[in-house]
Amino acid sequence: MTVLRTPGGLSLRFRPRALVVGAGCALLAAGLGVLAVAGGDYPMSPADVLRTLTGGGTPAEEFIIHELRLPRLVTALLVGAALALAGAVFQSLVRNPLGSPDMLGFTQGASTGALVVVVLGGSSLALSGAAVASGLATGLLVYALVARTGVHGYRLVLVGIGLNAILTGINGYLLTRAPLMDAARAVLWLTGSLDGRGWSDATPLLVVLAVLTPLVLLGCGPALRMMEMGDDTAAALGVPVRRLRLVLLGAAVLLVAFAAAAAGPVSFVALTAPHVARRLTRSPGPNLLPAMCVGATLLVGADLLGQRVFADHQLPAGAITGAVGGAYLVWLLAVERRAGRL
Amino acid sequence: MEAGTSRLSGTGMTLAYDRRTIAEGLTVAVPDRSFTVVIGPNACGKSTLLRALSRMLKPTAGAVLLDGEDIHRRSARQVARTLGLLPQSSIAPDGITVSELVARGRYPHQGLLRQWSREDERVVEESMAATGVDDLADRAVDELSGGQRQRVWLAMALAQQTPLLLLDEPTTYLDIAHQIEILDLCARLHDEQGRTLVAVLHDLNHAARYATHLIAMRDGRVVAAGPPGEVVTAELVAEVFGLPCRVIDDPETGTPLVVPSARRRATTLAPGPA
Repeated sequence: MTVLRTPGGLSLRFRPRALVVGAGCALLAAGLGVLAVAGGDYPMSPADVLRTLTGGGTPAEEFIIHELRLPRLVTALLVGAALALAGAVFQSLVRNPLGSPDMLGFTQGASTGALVVVVLGGSSLALSGAAVASGLATGLLVYALVARTGVHGYRLVLVGIGLNAILTGINGYLLTRAPLMDAARAVLWLTGSLDGRGWSDATPLLVVLAVLTPLVLLGCGPALRMMEMGDDTAAALGVPVRRLRLVLLGAAVLLVAFAAAAAGPVSFVALTAPHVARRLTRSPGPNLLPAMCVGATLLVGADLLGQRVFADHQLPAGAITGAVGGAYLVWLLAVERRAGRL
Repeated sequence: MEAGTSRLSGTGMTLAYDRRTIAEGLTVAVPDRSFTVVIGPNACGKSTLLRALSRMLKPTAGAVLLDGEDIHRRSARQVARTLGLLPQSSIAPDGITVSELVARGRYPHQGLLRQWSREDERVVEESMAATGVDDLADRAVDELSGGQRQRVWLAMALAQQTPLLLLDEPTTYLDIAHQIEILDLCARLHDEQGRTLVAVLHDLNHAARYATHLIAMRDGRVVAAGPPGEVVTAELVAEVFGLPCRVIDDPETGTPLVVPSARRRATTLAPGPA
């Protein structure tokens, strides 16, 4: 822990290691971003990219960078950061390392809305809107089911898992009802993909993140750290437990819903990023900001890998995060078991 | 004796979880600068009373007054600067060190731009010294023994620097030596730092030995309240716990000592020592 104090009595405390992790991830994400923007069917040199970004490119380069590659990169960064933040919040809130929105039905809920639009037929804007709406509706439903006793960790996990199962069933049913072409499109969406994402996909999520990041990090972060010690201990230290849970649950559901609307329910980022962040920073606590940096890096990396790993066709980013995240989880279980912690 | 002033009291409280009523018309006062101990059989409402006094449970009728004001009209943070609580069980985050955990007790005194003042640092060091965990400062809390861990949690509650401190069964999971260690520590905090302590205890003899003020409860009612010497009688123990016993003087402290009657072998026993 390092402390900075000013003569006026202000003081800041932080872990240098967490800063290094955040900065390292940001650098890595920037590097991957350059690769992502420079490469592809129309390769450019980093110098070309820089020239185009500063306004000196040809119209073709302008179009490729500003309309195709940059929005895709930005969407990946935002979706990764949003999912990781939501995951870190959920894991702390339910005090369970598996308490991620993938497991608790929130991403499935967002998918249901999107699938309804696929079955009924609708624009991609309608699809995004429906994903947000049904993601939020799932959040409200979960809240209604657990609210009476207060949003306690275990109840939230159990209700979430139950709801997840129900929604998975509904989603499967909707898929079977969709015309074949649409069903194929829906499956791609359900995997989570950044292919063809434009500014209209990135902007709503950017707005949501711009509002919620300061609220969650600065407004709720310290209190969330207290919540790790149990509701009673947190309350004794002056945390308004019920209100905090409600605010954080709402924020996390919004993040997941908008992230899903932008790129589909990309799996395992929300689960994995906070764990990776915690291992890297080696500090207890929700590690919200490092988790966001890790999540953004993870998704940009996964999307880049998906575009380049096979020369002739692209893999959706969600397929990569699923494979990598699943492998990581298995590895984590093995390591933790050996260390006697799990 | 100390009936004079009371910063913390509850009047006419009805306490309930959902629709299950635990207590009705409950009135208690915690005398200032006392070491108040609440005793009573299981499920008599002791812990519920503590939850109400610490603002965690809102009475459905009546009120808890802190410094003359309804405790629910103050924010959780305001209350946390005056009144601390050590709950029955807390969770130590994975890998957290002793000094980090104790530092969390400073939460109600901190803000976004005042994250770690010199005052915070001093108070944390003092709290660790007072509970004898200063030499464990950099150890991980998960590696400590039960007794050490309880002292760490107590240090965290002390770092909160509240004049009133409530303890919910602070000795429950400890062996007898560590129980006495924690109670001695509480008594010292009461004597030396002038804090008002309220503890829920299971062991009547511990309660009689350490308390300056005793509240005996049964079925959500206060049966008796006052100094242990007046409260702990054979009649009261029979009424509250349904336990036939004799009350003798504790040979160490002169406080009441409850000796349960030997019901099973009563007929074969010789008369006890005088």
